[in-house]
Amino acid sequence: MNEIDIKFLEDSFKKYYFNHFDLITSPPRTSEREFGYQKFNSGMFRHISLKENKELHLLFMQNIPSDVYCSNAYYAFPNFPMSEKDWKEADLIFDIDAKDLNLPCRKNHTMSICNECNEVSKDTSQCVKCNSTKLEKKSLPCKNCIGASKIEVNKLSNVLINDLGIDKENIHVYFSGNEGFHVYVYHSQFQEIGSKERSELVDYIMFRGAIPETFGMKKFKPNRSLFPDFNQKGWNGRFSKYVFGSKSKRSKIISELLDSGYPSFQKTLDDVSKNIGVKIDPNVTMDVHRIFRLPGSINSKSGLSKVLCTDLTKFDPYVDACFLSDDPVEVLANCPIEFKLKNKKFGPYTNEKISVPTYAAVYMICKKLATIA
Amino acid sequence: MLVLGQDEKAKYPFLADAGEYLKDKGFSLVQFGSDPVLKLSVEKALHRIKVASAGEVYKSDIDKDGQASKDYVLEREVFSFLLAIVLIKLTGMSTLIKRFALAEARRAEIYLEKDLGNASNKSKIDLATRIIYDLFNIEIIKENDFFVIPVSDYLKHSVTFHEREWKLINRHVENGKVFLTPDKTVRLIRKELGNYISSKIINAPKPSMIPGLENAVNELILISKKLTPTYTITTGEYPPCIKHAIDVLEKGENLPHSGRFMLATFLLSKGQTVPQIAPLFKNAPDYNPRVTLYQLNHLAGTSGSATKYSCPSCEKLKTQDLCFITKECNDIINPMQFGKKRT
Ligand code: SF4
Ligand SMILES: [Zn+2]
Ligand SMILES: [Zn+2]
Repeated sequence: MNEIDIKFLEDSFKKYYFNHFDLITSPPRTSEREFGYQKFNSGMFRHISLKENKELHLLFMQNIPSDVYCSNAYYAFPNFPMSEKDWKEADLIFDIDAKDLNLPCRKNHTMSICNECNEVSKDTSQCVKCNSTKLEKKSLPCKNCIGASKIEVNKLSNVLINDLGIDKENIHVYFSGNEGFHVYVYHSQFQEIGSKERSELVDYIMFRGAIPETFGMKKFKPNRSLFPDFNQKGWNGRFSKYVFGSKSKRSKIISELLDSGYPSFQKTLDDVSKNIGVKIDPNVTMDVHRIFRLPGSINSKSGLSKVLCTDLTKFDPYVDACFLSDDPVEVLANCPIEFKLKNKKFGPYTNEKISVPTYAAVYMICKKLATIA
Repeated sequence: MLVLGQDEKAKYPFLADAGEYLKDKGFSLVQFGSDPVLKLSVEKALHRIKVASAGEVYKSDIDKDGQASKDYVLEREVFSFLLAIVLIKLTGMSTLIKRFALAEARRAEIYLEKDLGNASNKSKIDLATRIIYDLFNIEIIKENDFFVIPVSDYLKHSVTFHEREWKLINRHVENGKVFLTPDKTVRLIRKELGNYISSKIINAPKPSMIPGLENAVNELILISKKLTPTYTITTGEYPPCIKHAIDVLEKGENLPHSGRFMLATFLLSKGQTVPQIAPLFKNAPDYNPRVTLYQLNHLAGTSGSATKYSCPSCEKLKTQDLCFITKECNDIINPMQFGKKRT
């Protein structure tokens, strides 16, 4: 990214942090967390410990970071090297990202930016101008992407509440600032469990590793009375709803399952996993030493903020997470796809010099689809 | 602690206090070397260890309910267990401990399972759940035909199992709890039960040789040598850095965090357990038992991040001013190698 663009982004971010510091809540037990940040065009600074909100504010004002992160783990010595931090516990955390959902709409709003000649084109595997295959993909997630991610968040909440016994009040859902949601679970029985245990929890939530016996299919002398039923709790009940569909069809489908036999039942389970398993990013939940984007901070991939969603159904990231100013800026835009921010439509632009509000300029520059004119 | 009946002590002899039990029965350890009737218990103890070192589970003379037709049979069950520990201690061979503890854990499992599954006898179920709670801090609640435990407790114990059946997805989970049958409940704690029994043996004082038991002890030494790995410790001494750290703590002076880290990881890697190490830190000016236990468990990889930390290298310790090199250090690169040579 060039100096002028960086200067512009830093100025816009700084203004936001100055005016909206109230949106940044230093997390509970601040002094036990590890913080980290990045500046434009530079590496990551990690292993930072902060005592209170004031120090956090100072970090923002002095460094004008492009991104700020905070651990979900609590340490005795957050600023020590990792092996000596003394890990105490960590909030349970989940990442749901539209790009992992394999949605058909994706190709309509994904662009390829050529690393060799900077040509921007709609999703392709080879640069239309210079034939290079070194392409960077950028996506402007659509309503459908956000909607599908919300469905996964609701599926996750359902498992967390009903199966894992977590109180609704202890589940906080944040828009990630780009293409998905981060779900935090506080004060649960899982605070102190380690990475291996979290990975088991992930498999449970994603419906991975199920064996036929668990859902009523025995290898020898299978018996129809063992199959799950609708009123059962947990995965048995969800399995029934998905596989049998309705109570009237249950008996017939069980007969079919018994006819196709044990090996084919494993395929049924794979299908269940793909369709009703919750699509979370397994690595994120397993890693107990990770740092996550700090709520309230701006995501430099989009210029949108990571914000708490109090009403997920109504939440519209392109309105509710867009806080940058309306001041007009002149940019040279090359954005083949239309997008909407603060209820205003922008684009498509083909190498055009245009004047747009700051928030739209930041959005495009962050996505490498524009530069300051 | 639990108050146990004679039949319960026979089933779960590791819960009995050895000294008290002998006193109650009116015997002293020395008598076992000479008294012909008591010597039967010694033979039984020897048999118990031999079976265990062969990787099998010793078959008791009591039935599955822990009953026997004669009182002395029950008594001999307990005696033979206590004497087995005495014999193992007398051999001074640590290789026997693990095998014996594991086999005894498997044996106790049979009774625990039976007690848990005993639908008609609430007191038996209570005893089994109490044992599991007292020893492993897992709260098990009976719900109809199942035993329910918190998901997090289930995960802590089941993650080491490789069979797919133990994956959480293959269990009935509801409201933060896992539903288990009696056999699965007991299977879940097998390893911990083994660890509990071995720590009891490690912590038991080593008696002086009892006349009349020499042959049994020698026989066991032979057996155990066949099981011994190729590394032996030539000096039982700790390296200077570790000795210095212990000194500092014993004087009640402050040992920096890095020093505590070195000491704890060193001792843990030497096979010491968290409860054995924790008291070392109690003279430290900022001692807090809860925090110390927590941190040790973390280093041991028994909690939290599940990473087991290893002792830092000599080079690292030099930069931290923790190295107190002497010529015995012999160009080693990690304190763990101190005093060891290949045989
Ligand atoms: S050389 Fe290694 S073992 Fe010897 S004192 Fe130094 S750190 Fe300890
Ligand atoms: Zn190109
Ligand atoms: Zn889309």
